[in-house]
Amino acid sequence: MIQRSLALFGGLFVLILVIGWVMGLPFTSSRLVEAAAYALIALGLNIQWGYGGLFNFGIMGFLMVGGAAVTFISFPVNPEFWGSDGPMMLGRALFAFAIGALIVLAARQAHRIGITGKWKGALTVLAWFVAYVLYRSQLDPAAAYIESAGGGWVGGLGAHPVLGWLFGGVLAAGIAYIVGKICLGLRTDYLAIATIGISEIIRALIKNMDWLTRGTLTVSPIPWPTPLPQDYQAGGMDIASSLIAARAGYLVLALVVLAIVMWLISRAYSGPWGRMMRAIRDNHIAASSMGKNVTARQLEIFVFGSVLMGIGGAMLVSFVQIFDPSSYQPINHTFLIWVMVIVGGAGNNWGALFGAVLLWLVWVVSEPLSKAVFDFVSYWSTNAGWGAIPEIEARSAQMRVFVLGLVITIALRFAPKGLIPEVVKREG
Amino acid sequence: MALIELKHVVGGYGGAPILNGVNMAIDKSDIGVIVGPNGAGKSTTLKAIFGLLKVTGGTIDFGGENVANSLPDKLVPKGLSFVPQEKNVFTSMSVEENLEMGAFTRTDDFSDTMAWVYAMFPVLAEKRRQPAGELSGGQRQMVAMGRALMSRPKLLMLDEPSAGLSPRYVIEIFQTIQRVNEEGVGILMVEQNARQALAFASKGFVLAGGQNRYTGTGAELIADPEVAKSFLGG
Amino acid sequence: MTEIIFFINQVVISGLVLGCIYALGAIGITLIFGILRFAHFAHSELMTGGAFIAFLLASAFAAWGIATPIPTGFVVLPLAMVLAAILALGIDKGFYAPLRKRGARPVTLLIASIGVTLMIQGLIRLFFGAGSYSFFENEPKEIFRIDTSAIGSTRPLVITEPQVLMIVVTLASVVALHFFLTRSRLGKAMRAMADNADLAQVSGINTALVVRVTWVIAGALACMAGTMLALDVTLKPDLAFNIILPIFAAAIVGGLGQAYGAIAGGLLIGFAETLAVFNWTMLFRPLNAILPDWLQLPAQLALVPTEYKLTVAFVILVVTLLVRPTGIFKGASS
Repeated sequence: MIQRSLALFGGLFVLILVIGWVMGLPFTSSRLVEAAAYALIALGLNIQWGYGGLFNFGIMGFLMVGGAAVTFISFPVNPEFWGSDGPMMLGRALFAFAIGALIVLAARQAHRIGITGKWKGALTVLAWFVAYVLYRSQLDPAAAYIESAGGGWVGGLGAHPVLGWLFGGVLAAGIAYIVGKICLGLRTDYLAIATIGISEIIRALIKNMDWLTRGTLTVSPIPWPTPLPQDYQAGGMDIASSLIAARAGYLVLALVVLAIVMWLISRAYSGPWGRMMRAIRDNHIAASSMGKNVTARQLEIFVFGSVLMGIGGAMLVSFVQIFDPSSYQPINHTFLIWVMVIVGGAGNNWGALFGAVLLWLVWVVSEPLSKAVFDFVSYWSTNAGWGAIPEIEARSAQMRVFVLGLVITIALRFAPKGLIPEVVKREG
Repeated sequence: MALIELKHVVGGYGGAPILNGVNMAIDKSDIGVIVGPNGAGKSTTLKAIFGLLKVTGGTIDFGGENVANSLPDKLVPKGLSFVPQEKNVFTSMSVEENLEMGAFTRTDDFSDTMAWVYAMFPVLAEKRRQPAGELSGGQRQMVAMGRALMSRPKLLMLDEPSAGLSPRYVIEIFQTIQRVNEEGVGILMVEQNARQALAFASKGFVLAGGQNRYTGTGAELIADPEVAKSFLGG
Repeated sequence: MTEIIFFINQVVISGLVLGCIYALGAIGITLIFGILRFAHFAHSELMTGGAFIAFLLASAFAAWGIATPIPTGFVVLPLAMVLAAILALGIDKGFYAPLRKRGARPVTLLIASIGVTLMIQGLIRLFFGAGSYSFFENEPKEIFRIDTSAIGSTRPLVITEPQVLMIVVTLASVVALHFFLTRSRLGKAMRAMADNADLAQVSGINTALVVRVTWVIAGALACMAGTMLALDVTLKPDLAFNIILPIFAAAIVGGLGQAYGAIAGGLLIGFAETLAVFNWTMLFRPLNAILPDWLQLPAQLALVPTEYKLTVAFVILVVTLLVRPTGIFKGASS
């Protein structure tokens, strides 16, 4: 088993060397930083699905939350906003939100004054409606004001990006807590659909709340936690070396985060907590009859996994230096992660790590690779007198979606437990 | 020649076998009753005959051929029918539709069979348009039997037909089974109400550990002090 | 009266059109769930794939110079539906049947359907690029403007020919499906299997045949929905991928496994989306004349801004899952 894993990781290393040799070091170093962030995200899903059996199809939402968080924390302060009436108006909107929340909570307690059944239901719906109208009545003018006269958007806080990553984790945890609290009782496929729905709601909000996130206008350049290539160039380094040096610095930081997380979760997993989680996943009913609070444990695991997704999402955004809500797609940011974990081996952290790096490389390489294949075929068909393949560039970009689908269907068919499967421990 | 004959049937769900050599022979005039302790392989025997689990040894001879491991959609047209113990009606479908599903394998006109079933269970004729899920437990059992009879089987297998029914209904259901048998349908059933069922069985089989322990007519088994002591509760 | 006609144009017609498409997609999802017990995500790609099949057929018709009195998309629809049904059968045989044979859990099938989604979407983009196509490149899209001045409206009632045909075709297919499920032997067997698969097998029902029939119906209806959506708007590779969640919402709101529920759910989601973004001021504007000055209607009075139109379906979906996961018609749940 160990030998097989070592061989696989060895193969992965060779693959990285080959990509580095063919595509160049600046390209490869970038991809490795991204792979490290994706590994973190895949570990998050591995905790949720591999340990806990929780079907989270809303990964994209958590990545976006992490991205928005790091933007907010690390982007420079927008003095124009803070000097305008905007903060005051937002404060009122927040106040309206609090009042609305109180109204809803009060309606839910209506049974205490003798309102029950259908009447209570109607009252609850009415309370939600009133709260919604109240909140919108304060938020809409505030949003319109900020977008037109209040500096465009709220801007950032200008703090260190690593703080932003942490905040990404915290914010993701908060949202995961709410989502988990309301959804974790659902059976697996309903949970999948509910989480995908919630992530779409998150995407719609982030995309359209221009006053908070600048929406489709995008935010850039988001600062790096480590020196930028420009900083090295200012010190007299040539462009290629500066790119490699800067990315290597970022990569080291990302790997440190990854190593800490790996160490923490493998410790937790081999301890009593991990045993309990597996017991819950493998036999829900037995675990709950043994007095384990299944729902609370599942909520814990859902929140913990989502924290890693939030941090990973934040790391990705600070690395590419731009937060563009329209670039988030379920294929790239939810399904890709799933394929990573399934192919790598759900329930095994090394498997998830391996799957993340491998699939990210496959994902980025399949475009240039298929372009090369298309170019070759096109050259051949042109010589054969059948004409060239039109729009090679655009078509190659789409190949990776097909490759991803192919990989997952093959994996499910022939290696359903993944390349580095979960080690089943017999416990007495 | 017997209608169905099981010789040394071995089988199970893939792990260790549950049946370790079951022998049985039923004629078309017989009412065969299988009794025995929990986990003896009573229901498993019926499921093995009906192709719902894997038979790894022995033969099941029905209508002159070995039908071991044939699937229900092949067995039903040959004249085998099975009434499971639980969830044995289509709850969202009307009584009449339930009966039609029993005749799914038939391509001929089955209106006379339906009339026959309604004649046997007049209460079903009254409720023919009602969803089966709305009927009482006893009536559901009738729908289940009616459904199984719609294919005009030679052998009807029932898994604990009296389970969960009140004593009055238990007698009624046994009488109905007897009537079906008189119409020329062989019966093979598993029963928990062992003494009551053996009383009207022409053949009784006591299973234990997936093997025949005692075989005889129902009356013989009831009279046997060994059987009475170990399996009929004294 | 102008305001009411505006309401009909903006809400009734577009809600109905959207609802029809959601309903047709949701029927397939709900049938597959009822028979095979898994959430079939790749249904969106059956819809898009079906629409592209219809588009290729329509282009072939145009290339051969065959002119048709109604939009060619509708003429080629039956043939496209047959091909889409074959495609659906092939997908099942190639990807889902081997997993079922192994006894895989429904979750594994769900993930496999994501894989199928990605493959089909990749292939469509590979061959057709990422751009959009129109069925009406070689023929005009007829728009009916019904003069309503007789009832005192200054606006005409506007409906396009594809929309009229779409409503008629949907209605016809729903009626046909109803008769199939309640009168035919196979249709009843389908309901039986959705109700209790073990008992269906015990009754001698050929369950493999029922599975095939399910894929044929789901594939054909998906092709119909996709083609009609493409006829109403434009054809693009992510045509149905973007609306698969509202369709799931429709199926779940109607109760998974319930064909009639899916139709009701589809219409409900369709109307909810159009009603939520409708600017109510447009309808109640005449009231401004009698309302006091401090109670004049604002220029915009919609429940949610237009950008959040699709979000309405997700909110309904999530609320349904939480409040009544079995749907408004009690569906399959365990």
